[in-house]
Amino acid sequence: MNGLHDVGGMQGLGPIVIEPDEPPFHHGWERRAFAITLAAGYLGEWNIDQSRAMRERLPATEYFATSYYELWLYGLERLLDARGLVLDEERAARGQDPTVSVARVDRVHALAARDVERVLGTARASRTDDDVEPRHRVGDRVLTRTINPVGHTRLPRYTRGKRGQVTVDHGVWTFADSMGNDLGPDPQHVYCVRFEARELWGDEARPRDAVYVDLWDDHLEPA
Amino acid sequence: MPQDDPDHDPDDDVGAHRDHDAPLSEVELRVRTLESLLVDKGLVDRDALDAIIDTYETRVGPRNGARIVARAWVDPNFRRRLLADGTAAAAEHGYEDRQTEKLVVLENTPQVHNLVVCTLCSCYPWAVLGLPPIWYKSAPYRSRAVIDPRGVLDELGAGVPDDREVRVWDSTAEIRYMVLPERPAGTEAMSEAELADLVTRDSMIGVAVVQAPEGAG
Repeated sequence: MNGLHDVGGMQGLGPIVIEPDEPPFHHGWERRAFAITLAAGYLGEWNIDQSRAMRERLPATEYFATSYYELWLYGLERLLDARGLVLDEERAARGQDPTVSVARVDRVHALAARDVERVLGTARASRTDDDVEPRHRVGDRVLTRTINPVGHTRLPRYTRGKRGQVTVDHGVWTFADSMGNDLGPDPQHVYCVRFEARELWGDEARPRDAVYVDLWDDHLEPA
Repeated sequence: MPQDDPDHDPDDDVGAHRDHDAPLSEVELRVRTLESLLVDKGLVDRDALDAIIDTYETRVGPRNGARIVARAWVDPNFRRRLLADGTAAAAEHGYEDRQTEKLVVLENTPQVHNLVVCTLCSCYPWAVLGLPPIWYKSAPYRSRAVIDPRGVLDELGAGVPDDREVRVWDSTAEIRYMVLPERPAGTEAMSEAELADLVTRDSMIGVAVVQAPEGAG
């Protein structure tokens, strides 16, 4: 989706403000929003790409006025409703009356405290062992596809229809554009592609500067 | 922890010690409502939530990355391993995390300056740097890092000479990037632990250079 999450190359968004000695969280509710999002992720009811895709659906008029963990909260509320785990009506009712009771959900199991250290220390398994032939080789010149899907994609707008060079073959990974749109793993090679700054931004960019972007086979064509 | 000081209650939106005179904000209410429903439905466990928060507040953070950088500065063999396979080299230190399936470490040199960003969301190498700071997740940084990296670096006090190539790394897949900053001159006599104390989070993202302590060299 050509949404406001895809900000690479936008201008006029204000100064970059670095807070010295910034803590991990600024408010108690941020801690809780962070933790329930991670814990609920281990229910196995959605993948990381679906989670990102859901956050991207926040209405554009609200995007820049929404803080980071509010965006996480929005995504979690939408995923839980979509999976039938916590319905919007249940949240509305509990918000009105904290004593309203709800039935336990038996088909999934909560992440247990004793398992937290192990699961947080285990990387997500987006990389796969599937035997998939690479369509490009290190050193190849490639052209990124010009696409404008209404769903989830990890091909940023500023890199579409651009020429670059493959610098690394990262092996076979699940395809985020497929996973995020509920279409399954579609495993394929991911490459690091170098784009010259002038290819992306024109002649005013520095001749030797470059942007490196990790892209899947389906994003690329031979140049 | 003083119960009469809500500013220091880590769970001030859900705990019993909150200042009851202050109304909950809309977002606090939303979080409290959702957490209570998740707990009552058996979908999350409160002790697990506390363990998750504790992990990222006290155990996983940029000191992990700083230790790796200092080791790479003093141990050429480790430096080689780190640059060849960042994931394995970080795992030697016990630094592995759900967010960091493949770690690539980028070496800053007099010829090349590296800068890390995620233009689409907030991808960040949690295993070695912990949770990302607000500025890294903000639209101003994410938008400008790719189109005007030199302007960003100038503004943040880490300006790069004209003859040095700037490489920006946009974290669009599940590969995570960390910068190995240059070791400052005048630190030859410092121990590995002292060096680790010099390394800042921002230098490992590529928006700062590591400074030698005053009087060094």
